[in-house]
Amino acid sequence: MITPEEIKSTLEKALPGAIIEMQDLTGGGDHWQLYVVSSAFEGKGLIEQHRMVNEALKEEMADQRIHALALKTYTPAQWEKLGS
Amino acid sequence: MADVLKDIDEKVKSNKVMLYMKGTPDFPQCGFSAHTVEILRSYGVPFATEDVLADPAVREGIKRYSNWPTIPQVYIDGKFVGGCDIVHELHERGELEPMLKAATGKKA
Repeated sequence: MITPEEIKSTLEKALPGAIIEMQDLTGGGDHWQLYVVSSAFEGKGLIEQHRMVNEALKEEMADQRIHALALKTYTPAQWEKLGS
Repeated sequence: MADVLKDIDEKVKSNKVMLYMKGTPDFPQCGFSAHTVEILRSYGVPFATEDVLADPAVREGIKRYSNWPTIPQVYIDGKFVGGCDIVHELHERGELEPMLKAATGKKA
């Protein structure tokens, strides 16, 4: 398992200034739903955006501290449009 | 490993819509795989699947093939499209249908 603070600080290093919201899907600390908003996603396709997040959390996923990761990525403009 | 990657490459290129998943469409072994099957089925297009749980070499091989860490993985027209989240997102945006229809030759 992993704490939300750990996920957040790892992601912030890779994507400075990102908005990160997360939800522990099972309460077990290893199944996470993540919402990541970053200007670094602009002009990139979904695969590339997800790759950037997966790459940042590679170690945590490889050693199973994160077992499952449901991911949604947005550019700041897309996020604003959602009214969040 | 080279043989596994070659087999995967052949399957991905010879099936217009190819899904690597855990379990089978009727008996998925993972919620993400089940959801992906559900989305693909909703379009009524034919798709081929392979159960990665049946072969550890394929389970590892497919991650290397796409450089993508998770399963399920969807390929359309030989191209990696994404996992459950991306397919769900494309489905919601209405972008998945034209991709599937173009690949399978069905009229939208």
